[in-house]
Amino acid sequence: MAVVKSSFKKTKMMSAVLPYVYLLPAFLIMGVITFYPLIYQVIISFTNFESKHLLLGLKSPDLEFIGLKNYIDIFTAALPVENFNFFRVLEFNFWWALSNVILHVPAGVLIATLLNTEGLWFKRLYRAAYILPVVVPPLVVATVWTNIFDERYGAMNQLLTNISMTLFGGTGPVYIRWFEDVKPPIPGFLPGAPLTLAYYAMMIANFWLGWPFMSVVATGALQSIPKDLYEAASIDGATGSQQFWGITVPLLRPAMIPAAVYGFTLSFNLFNFVFFMTGGGPARSTELLVTFAYNLVRNLRWYGVAAAFAVIIFGVALVVFLITNRITRATQNYQEA
Amino acid sequence: MTAQNQTQKNIIVRILNMNTSGQSGGRSLPLWRQLLLQVLALAILASVMFPIMYIITMSLSSSERRPSQLQLIPKEISFVAYKQVLDRPTGNPVTFNELLRNSFVLSMGVGVVALGIAVSAAYAFSRFKFKMREVLMVLVFIPLLMPAVGLSTPLYLLLNQVQVKECKDGATAILPFTECADGSKGKLQFNLRDSLFGVGIAMTASALPFAVWNLKGYLDTIPRELEEAAAIDGADANQTFWQIVIPLAVPQLAVTFFLGFIGHWQEFVLTWLFLSQPKDYTLAMTLYNMTGQYANAIPWNRFAAMAVIVALPVAVVYIALQKNIVGGLTTGSVKG
Repeated sequence: MAVVKSSFKKTKMMSAVLPYVYLLPAFLIMGVITFYPLIYQVIISFTNFESKHLLLGLKSPDLEFIGLKNYIDIFTAALPVENFNFFRVLEFNFWWALSNVILHVPAGVLIATLLNTEGLWFKRLYRAAYILPVVVPPLVVATVWTNIFDERYGAMNQLLTNISMTLFGGTGPVYIRWFEDVKPPIPGFLPGAPLTLAYYAMMIANFWLGWPFMSVVATGALQSIPKDLYEAASIDGATGSQQFWGITVPLLRPAMIPAAVYGFTLSFNLFNFVFFMTGGGPARSTELLVTFAYNLVRNLRWYGVAAAFAVIIFGVALVVFLITNRITRATQNYQEA
Repeated sequence: MTAQNQTQKNIIVRILNMNTSGQSGGRSLPLWRQLLLQVLALAILASVMFPIMYIITMSLSSSERRPSQLQLIPKEISFVAYKQVLDRPTGNPVTFNELLRNSFVLSMGVGVVALGIAVSAAYAFSRFKFKMREVLMVLVFIPLLMPAVGLSTPLYLLLNQVQVKECKDGATAILPFTECADGSKGKLQFNLRDSLFGVGIAMTASALPFAVWNLKGYLDTIPRELEEAAAIDGADANQTFWQIVIPLAVPQLAVTFFLGFIGHWQEFVLTWLFLSQPKDYTLAMTLYNMTGQYANAIPWNRFAAMAVIVALPVAVVYIALQKNIVGGLTTGSVKG
């Protein structure tokens, strides 16, 4: 009896310690490679850290603590960088992510609905082919689309030339400088952050890249909607459109909202694609927070400013997260669910 | 006229508002609607395939110059570019096999390490109630908010301080832990920042929180009855973890690993920022290296061939695992 009791006590003590044992490896590793660097980043952000301090780091004799100067410089556009205005970049960044999701989600749902039609031929072929954009490396996607929008050889201008000549009786070739023109085609569309042609070119290219994922998510959700619902609805005399809005859309929502949130964060930080396609140009009109941060580290090598900028990005991301988390409640745990 | 408009509108409405349950019933699709939908599906297919065909056609060309005419169907099928890329991928003395090995070691290493560490943490968060649970969970997920670029500055600076140097007196100093006795700078032998190992560390830093999040979401959806049954049968927590939870989580482990693998395979930001020696270059970096400042200087056929080589393995596995991947990505957030 006593043996049982002591082993019971032992297991109880064990189970109190056990979760921490399971967490230990992750926290050891993250402590060294994540948390320490994050704290280091905050410290660096208050200094004038540059290339010359690389070797000695914080022990460098001429490293100065300059307080909030880096932050103030970023917010007041006092950095000696051409065409940089933090709030314009921030506004553009939000608009960029939002406008992408607004286009990708409905397109994904509609195309998934199309592919889900009973008895459609070659369904599997289409499903396999439609996912291809997701798997092509971003650099390749960006290079191909840069080519498509090339002013002289690009397919887009050739297509527009054909359209203008055949339909509108145009005489000369269409010659749009997609990536150089700084004049916004629709002035005043987004007050404070003019959208250049490069933005529209990027939107078209990213549309190609973005809807397939949404369509895959929607397909999965569509297939889990019981068919009886539609049968019951049609017995009750609901039309196709009533069924779509009354059954399909509400039942897709639980799957599509997290997907949209995921897409938003993805577009918000879409470094590779933007960096390769426009490099943030022309005149930094398509710069995202992440591409500018990269520029600060890799090209300008102002590590102090870059650290301050990263801390600001973190703050922005936190706000975005708090908003989106309200929507998805992704951190709910098993017991609460 | 209005009647005709009405029918046209009806057609569109009916196309867009089809029964979407996807289970095949007895009713078959009327031919006219089948054809209409086929036209629509083919148009989408064409727009999807257009850039892909463009790259494939270019990779099969023997000319380095960019085609001035739009060409989507290859006129010639030449494997010159592929052969050149495999023989001598860059101007630097680095072979294709070395690039492939670097890419593979980096992606595999980061994926395996991150997964191994993450799964036990995910288990703890999903199954135990303990003090500080919420706080620790927030701590783990906080780095998820930071884009990889955001964490690159401190990692660059910190890893750069770990250096192995050969001092004048022949001794070896490991900075920042030991220094040369005579205070001299010494000859640089190894810089952690400028090595695959260092980049691997930096990549793990961003891969780990994602893996924990993704696995926890999945573990939450596994019913606890099995574990409870095992506990009644006398299994302790460790046995339950290894013999019940891990086997059940294998599909999600695979998906999490593969998602990470794709990301690391295409990783560019950290590798390009950290690595400077051609011997450490990865396939993705080589690809970027080929695209210079000026479009006319790019060896287009070789670039395209390289692009196909980099994309193909990932594409094949992605299509094969498509359902699991999307299911895996959404389980974490959909439930509840």
